[in-house]
Amino acid sequence: MAPEEIANILKDKFGNKITGSNFETAHPHVLVEAKSWLEVARFLKEDPGLTFNLLRSISAVDMLEDDELIAVYDLCACRPGDRETDMCAFDEFCVKVKVPRNNPHIPSVANIWSAADWHEREAYDLMGIVFDEHPDSVMGVEGRHPRRILCPDDWDGYPLRKDYRFPMEYHGIPAVTEYEQTRPVH
Amino acid sequence: MSWIENRFEEGLIITSLDWAINWGRRSSIWPMTFGLACCAIEMMAFGASRFDIDRFGAGAFRASPRQADLMIVAGTVTFKMASRVKRLYNQMPEPKYVMAMGACTVGGGPYFKQGYHVVKGVDLIVPVDIYVPGCPPRPETLMEGLMRLQDKIKNQTLARDRWLSAKDEALETATTV
Amino acid sequence: MKTDAVDIVLESQPDINVELNGSQIQHDLPTEEMLVNMGPQHPATHGVLRIVLRTDGEMVLEAVPHIGYLHRCAEKIGETVAPYQYIPYTDRMDYLAGMNNNLGFALAVEKLTGLEQEISKRATYIRIIFAELNRIASHLVAFGTYGLDIGAITPFLYAFREREYILDLFESACGARLTYSYITIGGVTDDLPDKFVEICSEFLDYFEPKVKEYNNLLSHNHIFVKRTADIGVITGEEALDYGLTGPVLRGSGVRWDLRKVRPHCSYDEFEFDVPVGQGLKGTVGDCWDRYIVRIQEMEQSVKIIRQALEKLRGTEGQDVLHKKGKTIKLPDDDIYFEIENPRGQLGFYVQGNGAAIPARVKARGPSFCNLCVTDKVCRDVLLADVAAIIGSLDVVMGEVDR
Repeated sequence: MAPEEIANILKDKFGNKITGSNFETAHPHVLVEAKSWLEVARFLKEDPGLTFNLLRSISAVDMLEDDELIAVYDLCACRPGDRETDMCAFDEFCVKVKVPRNNPHIPSVANIWSAADWHEREAYDLMGIVFDEHPDSVMGVEGRHPRRILCPDDWDGYPLRKDYRFPMEYHGIPAVTEYEQTRPVH
Repeated sequence: MSWIENRFEEGLIITSLDWAINWGRRSSIWPMTFGLACCAIEMMAFGASRFDIDRFGAGAFRASPRQADLMIVAGTVTFKMASRVKRLYNQMPEPKYVMAMGACTVGGGPYFKQGYHVVKGVDLIVPVDIYVPGCPPRPETLMEGLMRLQDKIKNQTLARDRWLSAKDEALETATTV
Repeated sequence: MKTDAVDIVLESQPDINVELNGSQIQHDLPTEEMLVNMGPQHPATHGVLRIVLRTDGEMVLEAVPHIGYLHRCAEKIGETVAPYQYIPYTDRMDYLAGMNNNLGFALAVEKLTGLEQEISKRATYIRIIFAELNRIASHLVAFGTYGLDIGAITPFLYAFREREYILDLFESACGARLTYSYITIGGVTDDLPDKFVEICSEFLDYFEPKVKEYNNLLSHNHIFVKRTADIGVITGEEALDYGLTGPVLRGSGVRWDLRKVRPHCSYDEFEFDVPVGQGLKGTVGDCWDRYIVRIQEMEQSVKIIRQALEKLRGTEGQDVLHKKGKTIKLPDDDIYFEIENPRGQLGFYVQGNGAAIPARVKARGPSFCNLCVTDKVCRDVLLADVAAIIGSLDVVMGEVDR
């Protein structure tokens, strides 16, 4: 199914909750507003015509100039194929969810795709996007957030943000780095 | 070995004992299975059929640090792993040796500049005896490192260090005066 | 639900006598739950994986994996170097299948910049030969270390014997044993060395009967089957829900291979089968099925390499490295592209902003997704089965943590 057709189905169903789309790129996608992402996701998974049952990846992107973070959900449909080859049919689709940089909150889809569990934890760990109602949450200073996955629990900051400041030491071990902190400021 | 180490001057008995003990130690270096990253695969290749670490008496890979003599730190050490590396080193019995295998453990390697989570050299955490460079080092390089470690063990002695004792004596006389 | 090591409260056994069908069953002495820390330094975890097990005697009630002990900041580095310079870092992600990782990143960047049409046929076939050779090498390590996990040491030595031959082939082409950077943006760095085709077909003739030897040695070994059949069953639906791919998904009986369903790199010109788990020794989707899929895939890879060597004959003299590869500028666009790695679907998300250096690089490691099912599978199994389950998932920690 072409991405335009899927986007039309979504637009018919959800109207202006789909805030935009782009099919002229190497990566055709639709934009969904953050607070209605959960129902769109459930529709994508459970609608018999779509059945996007494989969540491939969640990539978090930092757009410093636009002052927003983007979560890119890459979905894939694995449907039982024709009888002869028994090979499953392939279909892919992409959804982007934009959130403001100072208050990034997206509803968690870990209950829809179990694969989202670790991807969301990674996106929080490295980019600081808070996935609300994530099943593996802990209480932080600014409310509940997913548990960190790659960095240690006491790590400071979100490393993949563009304005991340590198640590100078961690628990007494010096982190020698030639990054901007060690450069002389004129 | 504390009952004999650092107690006697160099002499016929001590040097003969040295020879025997060092021969035993260097011919049976038991490494710990401590694979961290890519270098671990080359370490495994060194242990497997073609390169055969057993020729050096170092083929008995121990899963427990309590039974190991040599810690081959094979791969990148990260901040999250650093405390574990230190603990494993402390759990090893004396005499113990550490080999830093690969560019990452020698000094950060390709992750030196932007690696916010990488320890820039395992010598910031534990003392290192042998540095084996390469990314990853070939098994031949690791072999060379093992032989250099054997040379190092060969030159160990149980005798009292003459220079160290002379320094101690000088310090003692200085305080008595 | 999932809890950290410190959060778990030890509970004593609530009741000793359980009423069942109206009769009283006297149980053994009450046992206490215990937390066992498996890893990060453990010979059966394939690297630096830490699993916190909540055990009751020999039974594992809960297994919570903790990862990140090898987090090497590869994604941050991707934002500071040009794609051509990033190729060596992809080697170090999945260090057992460096060629496949090179191929994944190179294809993603080529697709983003529109260079993919200009790659010569010869370069494409060379890429396929090396990707498939590396698939064999990777599955050999999986086979050997799985034997080690279960307690058989001999298969490991057999597997590494054959692997050294493949590494010799790689060495003759690019000079490296493990981190190749051979497949690069715009083709491959160098043409094949002299007599490569002959030596490679010699190796294939030598290797093909060996697969039978492996089957005799390990696959149908009674002890091995007892340890792996009916252990750690993952159904096809569960596998898709958890985002598992590669041999783990195919072991669950789902015929899904990106080389077939969405062919990249002209895989559609080749004839090969996609082996799936049949449940020969137990249930479909158990550890033995996942293991045997890898063994069967090695045979299919041999088939592909033979065809590719055949196709290579008419292409002598073609340019294998496109000049634009090194000086490429990324457009203001993004792409997510996946290829079939030995461990599953390896995806790269690359975002450009008009400059030579990408704005964001994200790698979706197949092991990362394959590992997250541990939590679900390692529940109410024996302690010894945890090693069998982790081994059958065949994770590479360099890719999990990146």
